[in-house]
Formats: sequence, structure tokens, C-alpha cells
Amino acid sequence: MELAYGHPKSLKPIQTKYCPGCGHGVIHRLIAEVVDEMGLQTKAIITNPVGCSIWADLYFDFDSVQPAHGRTPAAATGIKRMLPDHLVICYQGDGDLAAIGTAEIIHAANRGEKFTTIFVNNAIYGMTGGQMAPTTLVGQHATTAPEGRDPGVAGMGYPIRVCELLATLEGTKYLARGSVNNMVNIRKTKNYIRKAFEAQMRGEGFTMVEILSQCPTNWQMNPVQSVEWLEKNMITYYPLGEIKNTLNATAGAPATSPAKAN
Amino acid sequence: MAEEIRLMKGNEAIGEAAVRAGCRAYFGYPITPQNELTAYMAKHMLAKGRTFIQAESEVAAINMVYGAASTGARAMTSSSSPGVSLKQEGISYLCGADLPAVIVNVARSGPGLGGISPSQGDYFQATRGGGHGDYYTIVLAPKGVQDAADLTYEAFSISEKWRVPVLILADGLIGQMMEGVVLPEPIDPATLPRKPWAVGHAVEMGRPYNHVTSMNLVPDELEAANHARYARYERIKKDINRYEEIDVEDADVVFVAYGTSARVSHGALQMARAKGMKVGLFRPISLWPFPYARLHELAEKGKRFLCVEMSMGQMIEDVRLAVNGKAPVYFYGRCGGNIPSQEEVFAEVARLMGK
Amino acid sequence: MTEKTFIAGFGGQGVISLGQLWVYSAMKEGLKVTFFPFYGAEKRGGIARASVIVSNDEITSPLVTSADSVVVMNQDSVEIGEKVCKEGGTIFVNSSLVKKDPARPDANIVHVPCNDIALKLGDVRIANMVMMGALSKVTGAVKLDNLETVLKSFFPASKHSLIALNIAAVEEGKKAV
Repeated sequence: MELAYGHPKSLKPIQTKYCPGCGHGVIHRLIAEVVDEMGLQTKAIITNPVGCSIWADLYFDFDSVQPAHGRTPAAATGIKRMLPDHLVICYQGDGDLAAIGTAEIIHAANRGEKFTTIFVNNAIYGMTGGQMAPTTLVGQHATTAPEGRDPGVAGMGYPIRVCELLATLEGTKYLARGSVNNMVNIRKTKNYIRKAFEAQMRGEGFTMVEILSQCPTNWQMNPVQSVEWLEKNMITYYPLGEIKNTLNATAGAPATSPAKAN
Repeated sequence: MAEEIRLMKGNEAIGEAAVRAGCRAYFGYPITPQNELTAYMAKHMLAKGRTFIQAESEVAAINMVYGAASTGARAMTSSSSPGVSLKQEGISYLCGADLPAVIVNVARSGPGLGGISPSQGDYFQATRGGGHGDYYTIVLAPKGVQDAADLTYEAFSISEKWRVPVLILADGLIGQMMEGVVLPEPIDPATLPRKPWAVGHAVEMGRPYNHVTSMNLVPDELEAANHARYARYERIKKDINRYEEIDVEDADVVFVAYGTSARVSHGALQMARAKGMKVGLFRPISLWPFPYARLHELAEKGKRFLCVEMSMGQMIEDVRLAVNGKAPVYFYGRCGGNIPSQEEVFAEVARLMGK
Repeated sequence: MTEKTFIAGFGGQGVISLGQLWVYSAMKEGLKVTFFPFYGAEKRGGIARASVIVSNDEITSPLVTSADSVVVMNQDSVEIGEKVCKEGGTIFVNSSLVKKDPARPDANIVHVPCNDIALKLGDVRIANMVMMGALSKVTGAVKLDNLETVLKSFFPASKHSLIALNIAAVEEGKKAV
């Protein structure tokens, strides 16, 4: 008998602190599966950001570094430059990456730093309790946008499409946006992660996978509603697919064919 | 064979000393008056195949140091006062995660944007942690170019030994001036041992996975970690207690001054001695830990103290703590980027002594 | 022996390189040295100035506030120079450009027509080297008697073709006082 499906070695067999319906757990598993499939557990280092995923070091069974809020790409830069043969995974949320750490992500991307950013976009601040994120949709409610995000009178700005923003930078080689709302998208997302990690290990340049993820607790929905809300509101604003792929075409092709943007 | 004497700017000598100390990564952002240091590192680190990054900000630079230091590599950043304020976030995290690093402050005048001329107005920030939370960094204050090179070189090993960042507190004069310097022996970073607490190379090190973090949300655990760190601080205080004394034994009045102020005070001391006045100089080299015990001993011998600083009076608070009411402590300071002349410092001590 | 010198001139007159070469030569002659340039926010223009000290002993304050010798390379620098000179000190004036002497009757004023000598040698940019020769001759603090070797290690190889001219300027400066 052959074991067809098991718990990834790189993920500790413990229950997470994440809320029911939260996407972080699925994303952790995808990362761990790809790390295992690539045989990189002993070479993987994750930077866990300030936000709900700050406890990533409890779950991933490999080295980790916990930097200051938003400085994750700067710290990952320091790590990857010192350990170029390691797999450096820069895990960031939307507040960490697109608000307090905007300068750090743009310049790390622009320098073409050879780590992979996993950008979890759930359109809200989770850990601090439901404040407006840079990716919060127009009209979406938050504790700091009680009547909904209002770019007009209240001057709350517009949700930032990070992949598209970074795509203009020469240093970025691979920018994809996936989602964990259903199995098809989860599989596609895993494929993006694999392509990004493989590109990193070939030393091609900056790679990032943005992942749309549910936050039922702070969206004040049940998990099923949150999936529906993500599909109806987020995917329509944040298109899925490979936003930019200028990876070396002659490099080893991934196991599955690239997904088309949908 | 004795190493040749080279004429170097303080900023460049600090850079060369860091290169020779086996610094593998330098991250910096332009700011006057330390720009020669960043440029020196760009040229010499890149030429040696090491890491140099002109960061997008001082905040990014110190966090790049945090990342590099978490791998156990010798890492460094430098800046001047306003930039060092920006680095305080990262310094607090370095201390919370017990990571070694070398930070150079070629200080200028403040507050705010202030001026670009030399100042010692960052003493409080340097010696009281500087950022949030309970911690200290080790602070070493050079008085000239040779000293700046020697202390920077040594800072890397001190920092690694104690897993505490070392701050080199210089000023714009030390950064910009040129003096003769004999440089220390180069260390090849490849020969430095890997650190058991660092990330990377887990298998080769035969260790479980490491988690470099300053976070602990369990009050009792965080309290225990802080107690452990403070216990280490007590050992550091026993190990590092540096000062220089000139003509202190028979002195009636002792200047207490560090860095550039100590050089100026030494000049004033010579003027005073030429007139038969019994004046001495006590120069703290380690500003944290501060050499309290020796100053207290001198106070008990009945000396009076004249604190000379390029600030409104910051180190004087440590001098008063050391003296603890046993002797009078006077102050003479210039600020705003002004450097006191030895003539004005002499005039002040002459006035004190009724001459 | 300790010689504290204050040098001032306009940006581009080679005040900084004069100060640097002075202390470099002194260092090669076995002296302790310190050189501190005034630095401003702007990189060009204005008055350039430097504090230089050469000594047999450890140098205390690197700031020259009571100069044994003062070098004034242009008229605008006279005012700063005459203030910093110690009682009975020596003020070297570039008499090609300074037409009004410093108001210091106690001081020994040495006139050196640096620009005129430099022009005769073919390059006004070596006026500072003429002054260095005069400074060496009068103060005796730095001998500058092994200048070729010193200049070869001071200048990068690409500038070695200028060494002969620089030495000639220093020699002419020595002769001029």
C-alpha cells in the first residue's frame, strides 16, 4: 500500500490558532507541500510577519525569523543575501505589505531580491480586530471605516492592486494572484507557489504570489458566506492568474500547465 | 613587520576596520556627515564580493541588518543622528531577539533635522536603549580616527560574545577628520564559525530548527526572558568598564568628557597644568556600561568634576549617578553643532578654581 | 614641537589638498597629525577651511582655535584668518590675491605671491603647493625634503605626471620666503 495523501513533513501536526474558515491554514499547507515536494525543508526559512500569521513559526517545521511590522522584505533581503542557497519565504499580510511596509516591498521587488513573497490578501486587518486595510474594497465595512470604505468624502483611498503595482518594476519576474476559495483555485495557487519557489532557487529575481483569502471573523460572516463574498467581491476586483511572468522560458517547466487569468 | 600608518578620514577608517573585522553585510542610507563611510563600504564590500545595499531608508537598512544578523553573519549599518532615530525600531527588535550587530552613529546636532555639524546630543538615546522596551546596547565612544578603527573592529566580536548590538557613538568631527591610523589584521568571514542560534544550515549544524523572534505574548515568559537578558547585562558590566585617565591622581578638578569633548578637554588640561593648576581628565570609553565605580572612587577622594559635553548636558546625569552626592559636579557645554575650544574650556576650569 | 595651522581660501584653491598633503608629509616624517576640514551642506563654493596640526606628541583638541600659523589664500578669508591667529603667530598671505593685510600688528605677516609663481611655472592650480613650500620653510614643522617619494604614495598613478610640477612649486615657495 502506498500513502497517497498525508500531512506535510514541513508542517507540524498541531492545531492552529486560526479562526474557522480562515485561509491561512490552507496557505500554510500549500507552502509546506511545495517545500516538501522540492525537498527543501532543511533549506527553508520563513519570515513571519506581524499580523495573524505571526505564529507561523509554531506551524512550519523549519527555520524562521520574525521581523518588525512591514519590514519583512528588508529582513528577508538580509537573510537571502547571506544564504543564497536557501529558500527564503517572505510571508506578508495586506497591512504588513501594502500599508506600513510599502517602501520595503517596492524596493525589495525593484532590486529583484531573490526571495519569494507570499502575500495574503484578506482585505482587512485581522489580528488587531477588523480595521481597514489598504486592500479593503470600496464600501466594505471595517472598524475604522464604519460606514464602509469611502474614497470620496471620507478620503479613505482605493484598494491597492499590489501585483499590478509591482508589475511595472524591472526587478519583478513572477507575480501571480491565486485564491483559496475552492479546490480549483487552491490547486492553481499551489502551482503558482511552486513556480515562484523554483524560480527563486534558480536565482531569477523577485517572485510573489498574492493569495485572496477569507477572514470570516472580521468580515462578520460564517465561513460559507465568506467564500461567497470573496468570489463575488474580491475576485472581481483582484483578477486571478499570472499577472506577470518573465521567467526564463528555457527553465524547467512545472508539473502543471500555467493557469489563465480568469 | 609593523603595519604602515595610513592617513584616513574617521568615516573611512571605520569602514576599513569593519571590512577587516569580517563584516559580511553593510546596509546604509545617505546622510551627512557619514557619507564617506557608506561610499567606502560600497566600494570595498562589493570589491570583495560581500553584501552592500544602499537601502530605501534607515528603517529598511536596520531591518536588513536584522535579517543578515539572524543568519549569524557579521552585519553593520551606519548613519547620523536623525537616521539613528529611525533605526531605533530595528535596534529594539535586535535586542529583543538577542542578535549581534554593529551600528555606527556619526552624530550631528539636533533635535529634528537640526544641523550637520558635530554634536553629542544623542547620549541619552544611545545609552538608554533608544527604542521601546527594556534593553540596552553596548556603547563605545572613540576619541579619534585610530580609536574609531580599533573600537569598530572590536565591536563585532564584543557584539557576538554577548549577543547584544554594539553602537559606536562618534560625531561629525571624528567622521570628517583625518589622522594617521594603523589598521588591524583582516579576518576572512569564511573562517568565522556558524552560530548555533542562527537560521540556515540546520542540518550541517545538527540542530533543531531555530526561530529568531523578539515576540512572546505570555507575560511570565517574556518577563523571564527580560530577567535573563538583564542578568547578562550584569555580566557585561563586569566585563566592559572602559575609561582613560590623564593626570587624575593629584587633580583637584577632573574633566569628565568623552569623544571629541575629551580631546578638547585634554587640550584645556595641558593649558591648566602649564599654569600649575591641578586638573585631570576622565574619559569614559564605554558609555554603556558606564564606568560608575571608578568615578565614585574618585569622588570619594575629594575630586570635583567638570563635565564637558557638546550637548545641553546628558552624560552629566551618569556622572551625578556615579558621584552620588559625594562631590560637586559642574557642567560646561556647547551645542547646535559648536565644538568648544580648549581656550573656553580652560577659562571655565580656571573660573571654577578661582584662578 | 606642535604646529597648529589654520588654512582658508575659496573653494577650488586647493585648501583641502594643501592641508591633507601637509599632514600626510608630516606623517611620513614621523609626526602625529590631524586634519579637520570645515564641512558645509553644499559641496561647492564658499570659503574652504581646514584645521591642521602636526606634532611630536599626542594631539589633543583637533580644532585649531589659537593658530601658530595661518594661511590665507584669498581676500575674503583674511577676516577669519586674522581672528584665529594666536598672539605673535605667523600669517601667510597669498599676496597675489590679498591686497589688504590682516589687521594684526602683533603677527608676523609673510607675503607669498602664490598665484604669480604658479602661473610662471605654468599652472595656477599649484598655487597651494607654492604656499606649502613657504609654510615649510618658515615654520620648519614639516621639512618636505623627501617630497618625491611622498607625492608618489599620495597621488594615484594616473597623476604621477604632475609630481615634478608640484615639487617645483614647493621649491619655489621655499625660495620665495
